[in-house]
Amino acid sequence: MTKTGSEIIWECLVRQGVKHVFGYPGGAILPAYDAMTRYPIHHILVRHEQGATHMADGYARASGGVGVAIATSGPGATNMVTGIATAMMDSSPIVCITGQVGSKLIGYDAFQETDITGVTLPITKHNYLVTHADEVARTVREAFYIAASGRPGPVLIDITKDAQQSSCEFDWEAAAPQLPGYRPDLSPNPEDYDQAFALINSAQRPVILAGHGVIISGAMHALRNFAEKSGIPVTPTLLGLGCFPASHPLNLGMMGMHGEAWVNKAIQEADLLLAFGMRFDDRVTGNTKTYAPTAKKIHVEIDPAEINKNIKVDVGLVGDLRQVLEHMLPDIESVDRSEWRQHIDELKGDSAVRDIQNLPDDGHLYAAHVINDLWRETHGGAVVVTDVGQHQMWEAQYYHHEQPRSLITSGGLGTMGFAVPAAIGAKFARPDAEVWAVVGDGGFQMTMAELATIVQEKIDVKIAIINNGYLGMVRQWQEFFYDRRYAATPLLSPDFVKLADAFGIRAHGVKKRGDVLPTIRDAREHRGPVLIDFQVEQEDTVYPMVPAGADLHNMIRRPNPIVETAQDV
Amino acid sequence: MLNTFVVYVENKPGVLNRVASLFRRRAFNIESLTVGHTDKPGVSRMTIVVDTDEQGAKRVEANLYKLVNVLLVNNVTAGPTVMRDLAMVKVAANPETRSHLLQLVHVFRARVVDLAPESVIIEITGTEEKIDGLLEVLRPFGIVEMVRTGRVAMSRGAKGAAATAGGPGELAIPVELQDDEDVSYSV
Repeated sequence: MTKTGSEIIWECLVRQGVKHVFGYPGGAILPAYDAMTRYPIHHILVRHEQGATHMADGYARASGGVGVAIATSGPGATNMVTGIATAMMDSSPIVCITGQVGSKLIGYDAFQETDITGVTLPITKHNYLVTHADEVARTVREAFYIAASGRPGPVLIDITKDAQQSSCEFDWEAAAPQLPGYRPDLSPNPEDYDQAFALINSAQRPVILAGHGVIISGAMHALRNFAEKSGIPVTPTLLGLGCFPASHPLNLGMMGMHGEAWVNKAIQEADLLLAFGMRFDDRVTGNTKTYAPTAKKIHVEIDPAEINKNIKVDVGLVGDLRQVLEHMLPDIESVDRSEWRQHIDELKGDSAVRDIQNLPDDGHLYAAHVINDLWRETHGGAVVVTDVGQHQMWEAQYYHHEQPRSLITSGGLGTMGFAVPAAIGAKFARPDAEVWAVVGDGGFQMTMAELATIVQEKIDVKIAIINNGYLGMVRQWQEFFYDRRYAATPLLSPDFVKLADAFGIRAHGVKKRGDVLPTIRDAREHRGPVLIDFQVEQEDTVYPMVPAGADLHNMIRRPNPIVETAQDV
Repeated sequence: MLNTFVVYVENKPGVLNRVASLFRRRAFNIESLTVGHTDKPGVSRMTIVVDTDEQGAKRVEANLYKLVNVLLVNNVTAGPTVMRDLAMVKVAANPETRSHLLQLVHVFRARVVDLAPESVIIEITGTEEKIDGLLEVLRPFGIVEMVRTGRVAMSRGAKGAAATAGGPGELAIPVELQDDEDVSYSV
């Protein structure tokens, strides 16, 4: 049947199972918006196109499906860049559709013309410029396939206005993807497997490093079987949190720059590292020259380009993590590794007792308390979406994630302003889940316009602002490495409670520790969005910390007890 | 060291840009890059020369495969390979110097493709060393202008590029496009 390019866009999105699209209209995408009303897709009007991409990203990460964002040409498209780069770094499958000026005008600097395929070339998994209606169907199908398969990532489709307006024959079947060079379905060599088995079964001090890939490939169960059978302890990366239950006796806690001290020590003492779906990011390795010096390394990874990129490994197994782990399980021997685990327990020493609930209430409100109370009150069952900075690390340390996809955060790119829009996307993906955005006062102000989106869409997202009056993580670096010269980090904020009130959102300010739990309870009982402004200790610091580029075992440790730095109120 | 890659790509708009952008983004220096059609419609062949070590060469290969439009990558540096460069050199030549010049052209098995009262254009095909050698002896005559294609390469023997390539592209060569066999890959 004959359809316009615009109709084909929506027809294909519906057939791809898309229910929600996050976007912002404009001139070059108007034909598509006009056709949208005839299709059963819910469009969420955002307040800035960056928000649309973060929402699509949050939607993808919360659901495991593909998130979709749509915008017009020029500024609409360029506003998407940060969200696309965020999705690229964290392997999040989103499809971004942008309008483009008419194909006859391309190259003539027409109104709102930007070469967005050129701009996004290095930050998309793939992108397309579509100039004819008859290319739309195949392009959309390929985009969804590429975004979701292999190592997922963002795909951008730029569609000219005339391609949206003109008509052609629409044939879904005939528009199947044709991607001869795209092979997302690699599997390891049998010899490499044998080498891996020998290393694993003879290892005395092995550690499993569990990354985002565990969640993406759905390998949670396979990982658990693997760890339990082999008795090998597991440490997740930031994006791996939730891939292995926090309460599991084999879970050591998070690794890396702000990971647990004993985990980093265990990695440095290990004789075998099993890297599952992670990429040895500099935030988890510290100095690569001194990283895990005594350990053999096995890297299971779907992207061949990641193997031997940051850390030279002994065995690389390229393939889907879940399939690889399931394939390996029968040949993994049950070895008694209790001595090694006991040794790690001893490494914990006092630092394992982070019993912040029982610390005396000295009148100061610490962010760690807020996060810990949120965890207790939600029984670890919420979907928490964090922004970037100190609160993000405290959340990772004090909210214990039992379920995959219960933490959504910008890890690789470290995008401030991510939390609020990504939480909106997560809520659309999982309307029955309790969704909390945990966000700093700095990051919140980057995308707080999306509060209006929350209200217009009448969705129930809770927002916890960890407000310390500073760009806290930057301040922390200035404290450690720039002799406490706080250049441009003190931050003036509006009255967030009044602000929320202006949007028609219920809000509370919390200054005392005793008010934290009751306020969280109140927020949970309220059906609808709630914003809580937690005014926490101003100069609190995230410990432990591996300074950038330092050896993993050389951590800055928490002075004990917690040093109070702020003036009494 | 110089690594030579033979790369098959889908002939689509922007593919050259994607390849070039990848090299820029990953901070690899392209020594030379040539691109042209193959005998298969819709497939182009590039020869890319990169100055990098063995580890870097593996990264180049793995990253090229991440490009959706790349069909096959073959690092032909180590194997027996015919490598050629083509140059055209316009040299100042008057009736007095011309015969001497033509002798040199003969020795280097080059050819004269244009002859004007005050100049000749010499065409030479060969390895880069051979061309450099000719340029050396032509320089005293006065080189007016010069153009070189950059290196093109082909493995010796009966096997095609697909058969000699390692890596995940092994079956991605356009002939047997979509077979369902698993591709096993060793790093």
